Amino acid sequence: MTVQTLADLVAGACLVSGAVLSLAAGVGLLRFPDLLSRMHAATKPQVLGLLLILAGAAVRLHNIIDVTTLVLVGVFQLVTAPVAAHMVGRAVYRAGQARGDLLIVDELREDRTDDGSPAR
Amino acid sequence: MTAGSSAVRRTRWRDRIVAALVLVAVWMLLWGVFSWATLAGGIVVAAVVLKVFPLPAVTFAGRPHPLGLLRFAVRFAGDLVRASVQLAVLAFRLGHQPRSAIIRVPLRVPSDLVLTLTGEAVSLVPGSLIVDTDQASTTLYIHVIGVADRDAVERFRREVYATEARIVRAIGSEAEIGMLGRPVPVRRREDS
Amino acid sequence: MTVVGIIVSALLFAAVSLVLIRIVRGPTTLDRIVAVDVLLAIVVCAIAAEAAFTRDATSLPVLVVLSILGFIGSVTVARFSPRSRR
Repeated sequence: MTVQTLADLVAGACLVSGAVLSLAAGVGLLRFPDLLSRMHAATKPQVLGLLLILAGAAVRLHNIIDVTTLVLVGVFQLVTAPVAAHMVGRAVYRAGQARGDLLIVDELREDRTDDGSPAR
Repeated sequence: MTAGSSAVRRTRWRDRIVAALVLVAVWMLLWGVFSWATLAGGIVVAAVVLKVFPLPAVTFAGRPHPLGLLRFAVRFAGDLVRASVQLAVLAFRLGHQPRSAIIRVPLRVPSDLVLTLTGEAVSLVPGSLIVDTDQASTTLYIHVIGVADRDAVERFRREVYATEARIVRAIGSEAEIGMLGRPVPVRRREDS
Repeated sequence: MTVVGIIVSALLFAAVSLVLIRIVRGPTTLDRIVAVDVLLAIVVCAIAAEAAFTRDATSLPVLVVLSILGFIGSVTVARFSPRSRR
């Protein structure tokens, strides 16, 4: 087995598992009962799935200019995804779309004031 | 005031230099090649960006600990993989409605940086999501999916505290690391 | 590598179809925003995978733009989405 085949094997494994995670996210997005649960499904292809596919692409391209671009995409995604998820999650909760019947505990409701922000 | 303001000015300059270094690094990564021209261009762009969009002061009291950073990175990668697989299994399992919970986690270290980084780390790992934060009491409100009962909720709460501890051990000051030994803050409702 | 390419394309295609169903179904704007965000993430995955298979890096700068665009889009809509409690 040459280095080339080994690299292709690693890249292929990364790409396929990343794609499987994306599919799992699609399934979760369709099947999970409420919006906050669906958002959990959404973080999968945005974080690990994307990182795996970028890693696969980096192994295949192994050219310094392309790899730096891929690193940049990965870093941007890691920095921005939580911020976007937090903004959307807060909007979801404050719009009253969190389904209470699915929650075991809701400690935010106990602390909340009427305008939706946590009580001080 | 005088002694304090010079220290404040020094940390502001340090913050600016760190920000400029990050911007230059992004610029170089965008170009993908190292040359003195891209380095000079990056420095000019970073200077302009920092002049036009000044950053709010970040209180960074600690210093990076290489071993702590490594430990955090390894655990984070492990958590990421484990949680992704768990959530994928949860998505494919038929006829099962996953239960979830929203929990309040008041952090032990009152630092905006620790709050931000813990929040980022927690929400990057699938299965947990920041719904709200309270900056004044450095509290995270976290929505967590796939918890079956109260025991699982408490287990998750301990995991968040462990994440906080790893982050503080990676970048915190001695005083902040000392705060980790404190008992978990009690609920605010009792004293309000 | 061809087999891997077919498998990955099929998986990503199935994922995109499911996400599109969620976008059509809604029921609220925020549901659609989350779904569009996922759609964008999968598109980024697909472009990166395409670059990996063809060993052609022409489309990589597009990824940088897309990864920032998704963030700005969802933050903007979340910021201005109506609140029931006001």
